[in-house]
Amino acid sequence: MTMLLRTLTFCAALGAVDLAVAAELSLAANTTGKNVHFMREQLDLFEKQTGHKVNLVTMPPSSSEQFSQYRLWLAAENKDVDVYQTDVIWAPQLADQFVDLTEAAKDVVGDYFPSIIQSQTVNGRLVALPLFTDAPALYYRKDLLEKYSKTAPKTWDELAATAKEIQEKERAAGNADIWGFVFQANAYEGLTCNALEWIKSSGGGQIVEPDGTISVNNEKAAAAIDRVKEWIGTIAPEGVLAYQEEESRGVWQTGNAVFMRNWPYAYALGNGDDSAVKGKFDVAPLPTASEGEKPSSTLGGWNLAVSKYSDEQEAAIELVKFLSSKEVQKQRALQLSQLPTLAALYDDAEIAAAQPFMPSWKPIFQSAVPRPSAVAKVKYNEVSSKFWSAVHNTLSGDGTAAENLELLEVELTELKGDSW
Amino acid sequence: MTDLTVADPPPALARSHISSDLRAQRVRSAWVFLAPTLLVLAFVAGWPLVRTIYFSFTNASLTNLAGAEFIGFNNYLSWITLKSGRTIFRGLLADPTWWNAVWNTLKFTLVSVSIETVLGLVVALVLNAHFPGRGLVRAAILIPWAIPTIVSAKMWAWMLNDQFGILNDILLGLGLISQKIAWTANPDTAMLAVLIVDVWKTTPFMALLILAGLQMVPGDIYEAAKIDGVHPVRVFWRVTLPLIRPALMVAVIFRMLDALRIFDLIYVLTPNNVQTKTMSVLARENLFDFDKFAYGAAASTMLFLIIAAITVLYMWFGRVNFEGER
Repeated sequence: MTMLLRTLTFCAALGAVDLAVAAELSLAANTTGKNVHFMREQLDLFEKQTGHKVNLVTMPPSSSEQFSQYRLWLAAENKDVDVYQTDVIWAPQLADQFVDLTEAAKDVVGDYFPSIIQSQTVNGRLVALPLFTDAPALYYRKDLLEKYSKTAPKTWDELAATAKEIQEKERAAGNADIWGFVFQANAYEGLTCNALEWIKSSGGGQIVEPDGTISVNNEKAAAAIDRVKEWIGTIAPEGVLAYQEEESRGVWQTGNAVFMRNWPYAYALGNGDDSAVKGKFDVAPLPTASEGEKPSSTLGGWNLAVSKYSDEQEAAIELVKFLSSKEVQKQRALQLSQLPTLAALYDDAEIAAAQPFMPSWKPIFQSAVPRPSAVAKVKYNEVSSKFWSAVHNTLSGDGTAAENLELLEVELTELKGDSW
Repeated sequence: MTDLTVADPPPALARSHISSDLRAQRVRSAWVFLAPTLLVLAFVAGWPLVRTIYFSFTNASLTNLAGAEFIGFNNYLSWITLKSGRTIFRGLLADPTWWNAVWNTLKFTLVSVSIETVLGLVVALVLNAHFPGRGLVRAAILIPWAIPTIVSAKMWAWMLNDQFGILNDILLGLGLISQKIAWTANPDTAMLAVLIVDVWKTTPFMALLILAGLQMVPGDIYEAAKIDGVHPVRVFWRVTLPLIRPALMVAVIFRMLDALRIFDLIYVLTPNNVQTKTMSVLARENLFDFDKFAYGAAASTMLFLIIAAITVLYMWFGRVNFEGER
């Protein structure tokens, strides 16, 4: 592998010499987990191959904050950032500011999952190339479940009961800091993802349906949120109301949670040498409301887009193609346990050995629920914000789920106006 | 400002031609000296303000600022009457989230500035006394103020963290609480957490300004009071407080302006929930997160007007009291 890489690097370096138009690029990337560390390594490789220089611009871990920073830069026609790492839901909102990659990617586009390419295509323009895809998992402590002879829960109620029992018994046994379940309930985009899973897996729809109907105000959705309300302060620490991904991983990875809902990136980190849960956990699909239903994971994933305002668009496209290439995606899967967007990598033996859960994750992300970003277009952020506010209010005891969802429906209807 | 007052000659002289020429010349040179300041101010403060106010009357979006169309007061208030006869109000002034943010901001300002004033006064009185190592203590007390707000907010966020935070650990150790408190997440304690951090950070600022006022008070007044045998508490209320009042008023207004604009501390420390959302947080959210740039501009304009109104009221009341006592 290394030998092959070296040869490749050498050949590429030879090729690059006569081009020799070294560009200086900037890449805005997020800082969750070890992404920045990994990116830097890959960028060093890219620099060696091409002679370009790439600076990393680190962004806040909250995707909501990252988005507003991007929007600000792009509105100001900023030339300093050439390549943006973008969330799967941003394509419709930022499409006009990005370069069309259709022509540049025409030889590789067939290797990616068509649904992901579709999500990044706006009005026939491919605005970003997929870097990795995401579908969350239920992380569970194998050792604790075995100790109390439990199995990974299939339904939310089963999860709550198991979490409660283990939490109580473990605390009685002197493990005072243990909690049953941690997830993400801070008022931000991540809560939209979490709550969409609770509602969808309870048969309560997906906030706004693909045809534009506002479906969120229904009994099943309200029951799903009320169920979670019960967990706050009982099986989940009250602090989850301020947790994002990294805070919940903090509780989990120090061995203080039985269950965690998180994205696949936490798998590799949890098996790192500094982790208290190394080798003691496994992942399962998220539970559903009643047994036999299809589990619902929110579709996540990150992509790379080239700014329309960049002066180095050619080099930037080269960089995007490099980072989303098979080799780099494979390394990403091996080192960061992030799901590849290339179908072929799911049959890769090396990946299956390093991340045993990964091959079985293919059907899960392929049937994942998209957030209503395609239908709500530029109004998506407001839809999401109103939705997470309604859920956050309910969870923190400000009104019941039914009341807040009724209010949300009125607000969304007003926001929608005549059409989305 | 001083240049202009200097240029005002006594009325008797102003009547003669020579001094009227002199006066005009002085006024001219005053303007020349002021011009750079005024230009810079107009450029960095005036122009953005005018732009913001202009955008608040349009339907601008962040991606299409040039195509903004004038829509009058619709961002502030508009209404339509439905066929059923029901009238629906829209706009900032009919938006409950806006009034919630206004209320949060005012509550925060009132409580934080009150506590900071009292604590700052106490600290200043202590620092004004003579004791060994005073210089060192004076420098040390400024540290919270010297740390950038973002850094102190993040630092406190860790100290207040529900699972790993030192504050919960101490309180648990002392047996004051039985369960870890999620300070920033719990809606009942989120505002309290913000207040604790703000008081910690800005009390030194208050103390410093009040201390400057205290050092202007001539020592012989205290000696005279001592000779007359006046009780120290009485000295404080009748001598110290009236004499440092101007300095105190300035300190309070500085803090108040800052507190009304509060953004960074709340943004970093707490989840984005209704209990702590302030006017600035709401304006930013609309400006950049949502596709509602003009609405955010309207919120910013209202924020400006509210701060201006409160400042004018404060100065007006302050002066009335001040002159009434003389």
